[in-house]
Amino acid sequence: MTPPEQWLRVTPQGLFCAPAGVFIDPTRPVARAVITHGHADHARPGHGAVLATAETLAIMRARMGEGAGDRQQALAYGETLRLGEVALRLVPAGHVLGSAQVVLEYGGARALVSGDYKRQPDPTCASFEPVPCDVFVTEATFALPVFRHPPPAQEIGRLLRSVALFPERTHVIGCYALGKAQRLIALLRQAGWQQPIWLHGTLIPLCRLYQELGVELGELRPATVAEKSALRGAIVLAPPSAIADRWARRLEDPVVCMASGWMRVRQRAKQGGVELPLVISDHADWDDLLRTIAEVGAPEVWVTHGRDDALVHALAQRGVRGRALHLVGLGEEEEGVDAA
Amino acid sequence: MSLPAFAALLERLVFTPGRLAKLALLRDWYATQPDPDRGVGLAALTGELVFTAAKPALIRDMVAARTDPVLLALSHDYVGDFAETVALIWPEREGVNTPAPDLAEVVEALELTPKAELPGLIAGWLDALDATGRLALIKLITGGLRVGVSGRLARVALAEWSGRAVEEIEEVWHGVAPPYTALFHWLEGKAERPDPREAPVFRPLMLAHPLEDADLAALDPAQWRAEWKWDGIRVQLTAGPGGRRLWSRGGEDVSGAFPEIIEAMNFHAVLDGELLVVREGEVAPFADLQQRLNRKVVTPKMQKDYPAGVRLYDLLFEGTEDLRGLPFDQRRARLEAWVARHAPARMDLSPQIAFASVAQLAEIREGARAASIEGLMLKRADSPYVAGRVKGLWWKWKRAPLSIDAVLMYAQRGHGKRSSFYSDYTFGLWRPDGQGGEELVPVGKAYSGYTDQELTWLDRWIRNHTTGRFGPVREVEKALVLEVIFDAAQLSTRHKSGVALRFPRIARIRTDKPASEADRLENLMSYVAAARPEEG
Repeated sequence: MTPPEQWLRVTPQGLFCAPAGVFIDPTRPVARAVITHGHADHARPGHGAVLATAETLAIMRARMGEGAGDRQQALAYGETLRLGEVALRLVPAGHVLGSAQVVLEYGGARALVSGDYKRQPDPTCASFEPVPCDVFVTEATFALPVFRHPPPAQEIGRLLRSVALFPERTHVIGCYALGKAQRLIALLRQAGWQQPIWLHGTLIPLCRLYQELGVELGELRPATVAEKSALRGAIVLAPPSAIADRWARRLEDPVVCMASGWMRVRQRAKQGGVELPLVISDHADWDDLLRTIAEVGAPEVWVTHGRDDALVHALAQRGVRGRALHLVGLGEEEEGVDAA
Repeated sequence: MSLPAFAALLERLVFTPGRLAKLALLRDWYATQPDPDRGVGLAALTGELVFTAAKPALIRDMVAARTDPVLLALSHDYVGDFAETVALIWPEREGVNTPAPDLAEVVEALELTPKAELPGLIAGWLDALDATGRLALIKLITGGLRVGVSGRLARVALAEWSGRAVEEIEEVWHGVAPPYTALFHWLEGKAERPDPREAPVFRPLMLAHPLEDADLAALDPAQWRAEWKWDGIRVQLTAGPGGRRLWSRGGEDVSGAFPEIIEAMNFHAVLDGELLVVREGEVAPFADLQQRLNRKVVTPKMQKDYPAGVRLYDLLFEGTEDLRGLPFDQRRARLEAWVARHAPARMDLSPQIAFASVAQLAEIREGARAASIEGLMLKRADSPYVAGRVKGLWWKWKRAPLSIDAVLMYAQRGHGKRSSFYSDYTFGLWRPDGQGGEELVPVGKAYSGYTDQELTWLDRWIRNHTTGRFGPVREVEKALVLEVIFDAAQLSTRHKSGVALRFPRIARIRTDKPASEADRLENLMSYVAAARPEEG
């Protein structure tokens, strides 16, 4: 077996698989890139050839137009592609629509690059699939034992109880444009919320794209043009930067909510002026990180970004060799960065 | 399920800045929770429950035995608050299916369980709760809920929920005890109003309206009595066979902070007056009284350095006789006779001010510049003592505010409805910088006085003239002059400028005035000096 550290290594551009000649989620423009998912810290503009799921490619085109890559190649989940002597396939990561883990096989060894992932069910994307491997490359955004995400339905229940308790007020939820917004809408629909859901302008294009790609989101309306009185008792979704600033003045005495794994910690919620924190995350929590690592059974785990100190420590106690890759540039969109 | 319900309430209260929203949450609690849990929760919120058996160290040991020390340290470092860290990191045990405890059950068990059995008991509860429930339990045990619910707010919510007047609730509140079952039953119309008997209870205060010009014109001097309006804390003194209490304006028991007053209350009566720091008969600035407030324990040194006294102005009960229905003049006569007879230590009579005409009264008001006097109180001679703010019986006539033109230095976002506005302003005045130039020194902070339009204008100005950001605070170009009005200026060692303002608020935006022409610190200091010699 050729150990993965000989053919998968960290370069200034990001993780590079030399025998296949591809970078995975490179942070600078490269000739050939495999993209795990559409978040801006993983999918950057200006690459030559881009390989990803069809959904991720569609998201990239919607977000960056021309910058989405000179040549795009879609690869369905489970299909194997040969790149030189490397067999490459994509399997679902459960993070956002189109998100994939990259399975790389070479010289009798298998590496699994997970991108970002979660284990909680998500009605807007395919569920994470564990693949046994020799090296597991994982994120560690929420790798502290204080981060345990409650069931999302429970959080949606808290939101709906608040809507019932304050029927005169607008509930505005800060959430990220890709993934979280659509998941929240789908969770609200699952919980029986049939009314229109109102959107800040920046959330609309990706919600439309999700709908075009077959994700049911129900009736969506732009909040920007709505009469203030129409938003009484309504649920409005907006990017985190807008919820406590001037944009929110158009709302009726808003209850400021924020949907993020960081909301587990009170000080984080207080800093943002959040009145109703909702602990809903698209990343694996502490228990799910450890569970996933046990399931893939890799003797060696590489940590791309996040709290690698705590995770590597916990892995050592389990007899797993942990290694912090210190990849720069990851965790800058979505929950990886301090929510403003 | 009720500890989780209580935990959910706490969680909402912690993050809710608005008073109206807090009231809605409390009403919902009273309406949806069973007895005795709703009353136990109410007592916990208002700080009536105190546990001494379980110390924070116990919780620390319990979590240390269940977690890896490195991960615990990393987590504590990240979260900051230790109780919260414990609540979040507590390992959930597989297969635990005991139901979460009831709030009342927890409170009872904490009181009755022998100390040696506490760790096992608490661990069992923590295993049965989720993170929110665990945090509520730990905060409950170690006594630090801090959710911003005062007793007054809880009683206002009771009034709104039940449709009873808050004054009615105030009168029985201190005669009932957790879990307040009798109180809830009365409010739900299922039982008679609880009778406090001889227990010392708070009687809702009679409050005054601000005097407007039109009211002044209609004032008949013969029908009105005048007194100074003291710059202290309004208090009610209740003493009798059932005990002695000192109540704040909102009905909070502040006896613990003023033991020397309690000691002097060797009588059977209910009195209304102003709590002040008095040295050799002279009233000290409000800042001195502030040193004595919000303290659970008072050292002898505190009592010596900041001696408290009460200036009396009304008598509500003499013995068991309720005088509140009598006209003011009769109560005043009874009060004067009572003070003459008892001569209680640390107390004196707030003098009445003779006047023959409104013009003369206005002159008296303008002449009073002592910092301890806020203005005048006008009381109608025939007014009974009625709870709350009834128009036309008592007026407060504050003296004209002082004013300075200051330069806006920093702005901070507000809370709740104002969270998107820069609505809190730090302003400064010029002083020599010691190098031949001038510098601005901050002298105060104001977050009121402006109109909605002015707020919008200021918000935009601040966003367009920001020079630095420090978290929620913006530093701005030193270019905007604000006319700031305030009730008094007092020397202060706690402020960089050496002076503290009472009730500063924004009167006007002075776009017509360049910043260089704003006032100097010495202009403000002249107000402090002017306030010194006179005394009412």
